Amino acid sequence: MIESSGHEGGHEAPRGFLRRYVFSTDHKVIGIQYFLTAVVMALVATVLAMLIRVQLAWPEKAVVAPETYVSLVTMHGTLMVFFVVSLALVSGFGNFLIPLHVGARDMAYPFLNMLSFWVIVPGCVLMLASFLVEGGAAAAGWTAYPPLSALGKAVPGSGLGQTLWLLAMALFIASFTMGGLNYVTTIVNCRTRGMSMMRLPLVVWTFLISAVLGLLSFPALTAAAILLLLDRHAGTSFYLPAGLVFGNETLPHQGGTPLLFQHLFWFLGHPEVYVLVLPALGIGFEVIAAFARRPPFGYRLSVYSILVIAVLSMIVWGHHMFVSGMNPYLGKYFSIVTVLITVPFSVLGLNLIASLWRGRIRLDAAMLFALGLVSAIGIGGLGGLYLGTATSDLYFHDSYFVVGHFHFTIGTVTFFGIYAGTYYWFPKMFGRRMDEGLGRVHFWLTVTSLFPMFLLMHYQGLGGLLRRTYDPTVYAYNAAARGLNLSITLLAFGLGAGQIVFLVNLFRSMFAGERTGENPWQATTLEWTTESPAPHGNWRREVPSAHRSPYEYGRNGGAEDFVLQSAEKA
Amino acid sequence: MNKLWSLLFLAVPVGSVGLFIWAPANGHWWPKPLSSYGADIDYFYYLITVITTIMFLVTELLLTWAVFKYRSDTPGRASHWHDNKKLEITWTAATALILLWLGVYQIGIWKDVKFPGRFPKDAQLVAEVTGRQFEWRFRYPGADGKLHTVDDVQTVNELHVPVGVPVKILLKAQDVLHSFFLPNFRVKQDAVPGVEIPVWWKSTEEGVFDLVCAELCGWGHYKMKGRITVESPEKFQAWLTKTWQEQEATR
Ligand code: HEM
Ligand SMILES: [Cu+2]
Ligand SMILES: [Cu+2]
Repeated sequence: MIESSGHEGGHEAPRGFLRRYVFSTDHKVIGIQYFLTAVVMALVATVLAMLIRVQLAWPEKAVVAPETYVSLVTMHGTLMVFFVVSLALVSGFGNFLIPLHVGARDMAYPFLNMLSFWVIVPGCVLMLASFLVEGGAAAAGWTAYPPLSALGKAVPGSGLGQTLWLLAMALFIASFTMGGLNYVTTIVNCRTRGMSMMRLPLVVWTFLISAVLGLLSFPALTAAAILLLLDRHAGTSFYLPAGLVFGNETLPHQGGTPLLFQHLFWFLGHPEVYVLVLPALGIGFEVIAAFARRPPFGYRLSVYSILVIAVLSMIVWGHHMFVSGMNPYLGKYFSIVTVLITVPFSVLGLNLIASLWRGRIRLDAAMLFALGLVSAIGIGGLGGLYLGTATSDLYFHDSYFVVGHFHFTIGTVTFFGIYAGTYYWFPKMFGRRMDEGLGRVHFWLTVTSLFPMFLLMHYQGLGGLLRRTYDPTVYAYNAAARGLNLSITLLAFGLGAGQIVFLVNLFRSMFAGERTGENPWQATTLEWTTESPAPHGNWRREVPSAHRSPYEYGRNGGAEDFVLQSAEKA
Repeated sequence: MNKLWSLLFLAVPVGSVGLFIWAPANGHWWPKPLSSYGADIDYFYYLITVITTIMFLVTELLLTWAVFKYRSDTPGRASHWHDNKKLEITWTAATALILLWLGVYQIGIWKDVKFPGRFPKDAQLVAEVTGRQFEWRFRYPGADGKLHTVDDVQTVNELHVPVGVPVKILLKAQDVLHSFFLPNFRVKQDAVPGVEIPVWWKSTEEGVFDLVCAELCGWGHYKMKGRITVESPEKFQAWLTKTWQEQEATR
């Protein structure tokens, strides 16, 4: 295996603040930059969520205008999926962890890595700036379905706001692609001696597959976005059929179909779910192993499951389109492959639970969130059965059942992964620990508000309440369902307050947390063989080799109950 | 102390089950199904619910039990146990079989609802339905039974259908996507510009119900509300004739 490029052992860290912390090529700095960017975007996206909840709890007060509401929903979803979870989990933790885990001094292409971050920054700025332009931010949903997103006449946000949305997404995709190339190359080519693929920590497997999925599926969105831009600005008709009428005006378009966009979008959109969820599961495996003091159950089976998920996730996109007007014969096929993808997913969940068996479980904050993640996978995965089978999706499609469901999966599983990862790797990032007491408060505040909140949304969906509805009181049939809105909003406030505890803990611990040594959790993987925080080049001495599996926990005999992956066999 | 903390994890299964009992008792369930296939769809929903409830409880209780039983303050070290072929094969195969069965089972219902080739042969073409920002337009074939002739009856946001007979509509959209949703009848179908999609159902009860737009269609999406009146075939005919006469009178 090749030694990682660039920095050799004694290579010096760049001096000067700018080169060190701003335009850095060090994967750890870049990872933290991504993470902090995601924190900022998360604050915005959460404020938007709170505004949504305020409107829904007190619709008679009309706190926001209807067109603003649609923008809020669109931007909340877009920011959370692409600019918070993707950035923090995949780009943040991926960058920080991969070289440390595979035993490399940096990513394969450090400069490309820096570039990927500096491409996303203007992306964030454009996205946020779109709130300020005439007509407001994009308002066609995070799914940006045309004709709504294609025609300025269709909705106020479909003017400059939608254009900025598309440009920001283009920057996001460019950045994510550079990141993905780096991940794949680094994991495949830059592993240290002895680090065979089957000795990789599971989280590295999840980053690898996540990157591969991203590389395969994002081009579809790129194409979709370009065609949409052409329809918007060059008068083409990729998504626009003949005979569109607005007011008294018939538009000159002809020959396209809006369904084309939906296929392209979900060809990305579904794999994207796994791009986000897999790394969260990976973090779950790492944290559970370290705090249950035993290897994760079924390493091989988990790797195979991840691979099967990767393959299947590319061919299930149509389950988002059962009632879209797509040929109903396809509904049959997409239902079957969708229930099939639930199988490897359940296997991962069951493996996580079995990984607790006969362990010695320590309930530190990181572990609490990892366990919460397992619960959320259960609820999210089982809820998915209702939506993945065409027959019941018929009723639940576009209802609050869907909103509840995806907040458990791409919302909660991912966020709990991020939190577990933050509590766990914070010492390696900053050389200090986060406060355990505050961590527990954070966890219990989060769980007691989040679970009931998103569960209640499932019942609202059962009652027929629909998503993206500014004022549900217009209808009679949903009276019971919308009656839950006030409670849900109060729970959302509780959830928001709980996250303040996290932010306080995060920033306080950066400067005032208790200092830690190399391996505060007595963990086994390579990142714990270097000092905390890890220096430039990751190891001051030679890069360690992998001499055994990454999870030598629960070992009897020695003074310790674990053996480092880098420890030579006797 | 550790014991207590680990037991707190019971909150998730206990709370969820509590909600599951509380919700239907307080009206948080779906409306009674009022179409012939509505009952089949609901039946399938209950079937999934049985399976998910069992899987949910088993996994949550195992999780809580493990956290409780294998606390760090129990004596001894963790075991290095990490594989069990039999167990792995069993739960992979078991979930695969159950889920595959579920997926295959529901195809029959889906076909009955959506496959145009399987629509009831005697389904009565009631109306052409066009979604536009932010209203529903209906065009009923008049006395000649044909659409787009001079005797078509047109209404806005007012859909009438006869009870007890299979009815068919032709769904269109003229500007952006909309979705034709009748919660009580378990009917949902997106309306797509440039495409005409047939939809059928058979209402089993008379009454007046909401017609809802279920696909984001702009700032006024939330108020794109229609009304469906299900009535006896005689009353339906009478309403059609009356509406036709009113339409003629104002022409
Ligand atoms: C602070 C906690 C959160 C609250 C209270 C919240 C609330 C909501 C609500 C009420 C909606 C539906 C609005 C509507 O359809 O009218 C929504 C939509 C959405 N949320 Fe969240 N959310 C939260 C966190 C998250 C997270 C962490 C994600 C992560 C991916 C996320 C992703 C989305 C997406 C993708 C949509 C759909 C947007 C659309 O319909 O276009 N949310 N959120
Ligand atoms: Cu999907
Ligand atoms: Cu609508």
